[in-house]
Amino acid sequence: MKRICAKASGFFTAAVSILLACVITGILMYGMGYNPLDAYYQLFFGAVVGLSALSESVVKMVPLVFTGLSFAIAKRSGLVNLGATGQLYIGALCTTVVGVYVTGLPAALHIPLALAAGCAGGAAYGAVVGFLKNRFQANELITTIMLNEIATELVNCLVDGPMKDLDALTKFPQSKAILDSAVLPKILTGTRLHAGFLLALLAVALYGVFMKRTKWGYELRVVGMNPSAARTAGMSVQRTQLLAMLLAGGFAGLAGSIEMLAIQKRLMQSFAGNLGFDGIAVALLGGNQPLGILLSAFLFGMMSNGSNKMQMLSNVPSAVIYLMQGLIILFVVGRYLYSKKLWEGLIPQRKSRREEVRP
Amino acid sequence: MAFLEMRHIRKTFGSTVANDDVSLSVERGEIHALLGENGAGKSTLMNILYGMYPADSGEILLNGRQLHLAGTKDAIANGIGMVHQHFMLIPEQTVIENVILGNRGNPFVLNLKEQARRFTELAAKYGMEVDPWCRVDQLSVGQQQRLEILKALYKNAEILILDEPTAVLTPQEVQGLFRMMRQLTDSGCTILFITHKLPEIMDVCTRCTILRQGRTVCSMPILPGADQHELAVRMVGQEVELALHKQAAHPGEEVLRVTGLHCARSDGVEAVRGVDFSVRSGEIVGICGVDGNGQSELIRCITGLLRPSAGEISICGTDCSGAGVKRILRQGVSHIPEDRLKMAVVKEMDLCENMILMHYDQEPVCRHGFLSWRAARLQGEKICRTYQVRMSSLTQAVQELSGGNQQKLVVGRELAQDPKLLIAVHPSRGLDIGATKYIQNSIIAARDRGAAVLMVSTELEEVMELSDRILVMFNGCIMADIRQADATREKLGALMAGIKGGQTCGS
Ligand SMILES: Nc1ncnc2c1ncn2[C@@H]1O[C@H](COP(=O)(O)OP(=O)(O)OP(=O)(O)O)[C@@H](O)[C@H]1O
Ligand SMILES: [Mg+2]
Repeated sequence: MKRICAKASGFFTAAVSILLACVITGILMYGMGYNPLDAYYQLFFGAVVGLSALSESVVKMVPLVFTGLSFAIAKRSGLVNLGATGQLYIGALCTTVVGVYVTGLPAALHIPLALAAGCAGGAAYGAVVGFLKNRFQANELITTIMLNEIATELVNCLVDGPMKDLDALTKFPQSKAILDSAVLPKILTGTRLHAGFLLALLAVALYGVFMKRTKWGYELRVVGMNPSAARTAGMSVQRTQLLAMLLAGGFAGLAGSIEMLAIQKRLMQSFAGNLGFDGIAVALLGGNQPLGILLSAFLFGMMSNGSNKMQMLSNVPSAVIYLMQGLIILFVVGRYLYSKKLWEGLIPQRKSRREEVRP
Repeated sequence: MAFLEMRHIRKTFGSTVANDDVSLSVERGEIHALLGENGAGKSTLMNILYGMYPADSGEILLNGRQLHLAGTKDAIANGIGMVHQHFMLIPEQTVIENVILGNRGNPFVLNLKEQARRFTELAAKYGMEVDPWCRVDQLSVGQQQRLEILKALYKNAEILILDEPTAVLTPQEVQGLFRMMRQLTDSGCTILFITHKLPEIMDVCTRCTILRQGRTVCSMPILPGADQHELAVRMVGQEVELALHKQAAHPGEEVLRVTGLHCARSDGVEAVRGVDFSVRSGEIVGICGVDGNGQSELIRCITGLLRPSAGEISICGTDCSGAGVKRILRQGVSHIPEDRLKMAVVKEMDLCENMILMHYDQEPVCRHGFLSWRAARLQGEKICRTYQVRMSSLTQAVQELSGGNQQKLVVGRELAQDPKLLIAVHPSRGLDIGATKYIQNSIIAARDRGAAVLMVSTELEEVMELSDRILVMFNGCIMADIRQADATREKLGALMAGIKGGQTCGS
């Protein structure tokens, strides 16, 4: 009962945040001279109505699930991983290397190998953060940001240098295309929906089981909530946080890897846009819970998909969506200011009003 | 009309009724004790008075005027101050920063120097010295307690609520606190005082109100020579069993051996200086001493939380000096740490998750890395039943339990492991009379099953009653090793102050 109540209150805050953000964004749109109702209609229609729209939203959701998990798992161990972007780029890079230069493998081997390379690359890159923290007490907020720069610039250099595709007609800085044997198969003909979606579902399930049912997940949560109790119980805070960063990097690496094998198929500069940082929003809105992450990743995927249609059909600039996403996060983070009172107000409680007698 | 009245207060948390029609009336200038078993609703009632929770129903009258408390700010504005059962200090900040936290002064300028001056004046007035520029995590527990009180006084509290302030204090510090409380009431303060130690109530209180299971039982004056037993009976509602069932010890083979142990605190000062002793199976060894004489560091060395700088520790014949915590726990060691909220529980997690904290990676809870919550639940239910942890369900968060019930959970969890070596630091901290006796009897039962018990307590009574042998620690050394039969209060007191054979030991 209590559990259910706590879960429901999480969904409730998320819903209130989304609603508030919609209202405020609507007012802003109105102020800018657009018709917010029409815009929202186009946004929603463009994102979920019809198979192609819906599948496209899911395609956009897949990498967000992984970057969301990346932030969430680090957060549960008490670390703030702002480095999903870097880990994602390293993951994409490793995947591309395997996908382009390893030849002669059947798809059944090539795809897993390419995915594993991306996952391992991201994990190793995440582990650097954990190592720096354990060894030199380097604050992960700073190291992750710095490592993001390093990773993106590394990819920039490589795709304009050693990995550049010189055979292509355009002299665009990008790598050769992933070999066909490494491309993730589609799972719905006529759409871009790919097997990465199934991997995302699997990852969310694994995350849930890992956190709740394994001793390592338990260690991770205890370390995140009370490190000194963790030490008294014989857990190693350092090793646990290193493991968390390893997994966080692995998830982010997979985001890049799947994006590469299913959608982009060529490594190029700044291909991932905001995927890394959007993962933070996804995890925050989803309360670091498996189902929450899945749902909020879908919401964000849906918004980014629908925003294009919105821009086309009702002329509202798609940047408005970023504004709305920002507002949602603001309301989630600031939930302590309003959620408790609102939530308690919703649950009927036998309360006799006390009259106030002013002196 | 009484000075402060709480009438028909009711407060529920979900299905738990914490306060059910509680009434309390307090006169100006008195020290009013609030008594009751663990979970009786004392802290809840006081939190309502301090504006932390709204009451479901009932009213609060101050000077005949109805108070409407929407939050602690309103309570503070009405001159109500509270020192909570658990410290509410920010350890990384300085004393003065903690004191002014939440004060409303000039919103743009922060004059710390001026505030510090006023704070020091206030502290001096009550004979307490706390350096305003010291970081809170460098203060001793006693100093932190005093800081909490000063913090309330600094906000001009006229009604001071002290929720179990003596639980963590040494007897000397308690005497200091009582002096200060009397001084406060002389200058017009009213004090509401919660404690489980009846002699303290006899010492300092003028009246008391007794709560039982969320209801007021009675309110009565404390007269000199009043019967403590009667208070206890009224609290529990039936005859209480206050006897210890202790037979002579039959010590077996050596379980813990400490030789030549030295260890330094984090600031480099040597806290333990060459300690030798052993604990055999089937005996209880009590360590007593004024807090801060190296007991804490000694225990942390034995449990692997601190690396000794020299010396040897062997447990069950295996050398464990410098071994990790986990290796030591695996030897069959159970540890009841000194600070339950900081070290022994994860307060946001539920009871079930906390039940497995110290053995989460052992059968039957953990198989091949997977946790069985079913096994954990079974264990948890058994522990809660055996040690009478008052809770609504195992999915409740530990922070929702009353302080004493949190302690029962920790002690129960460790005793249920059937340890070979039990290390118990302040095992009865925060427990009511009945629970204290129950836990003490359980420790004796564990000894009779063959456990070696090493206990640390600042309570002389507890050490003298429970231990078969008593070690007195002073300044990082063991001053004496006394058999229970030879121990007297005076002897121990002198040793604890560092006086041995008429001579003061060097520092
Ligand atoms: N925030 C909360 N949520 C749910 N239950 C609570 C909460 N706070 C207190 N309770 C319940 O209310 C009851 C009374 O608790 P309270 O803390 O007032 O006890 P207490 O008399 O102070 O006991 P102790 O001597 O152990 O400190 C307990 O059963 C406790 O579990
Ligand atoms: Mg209490």
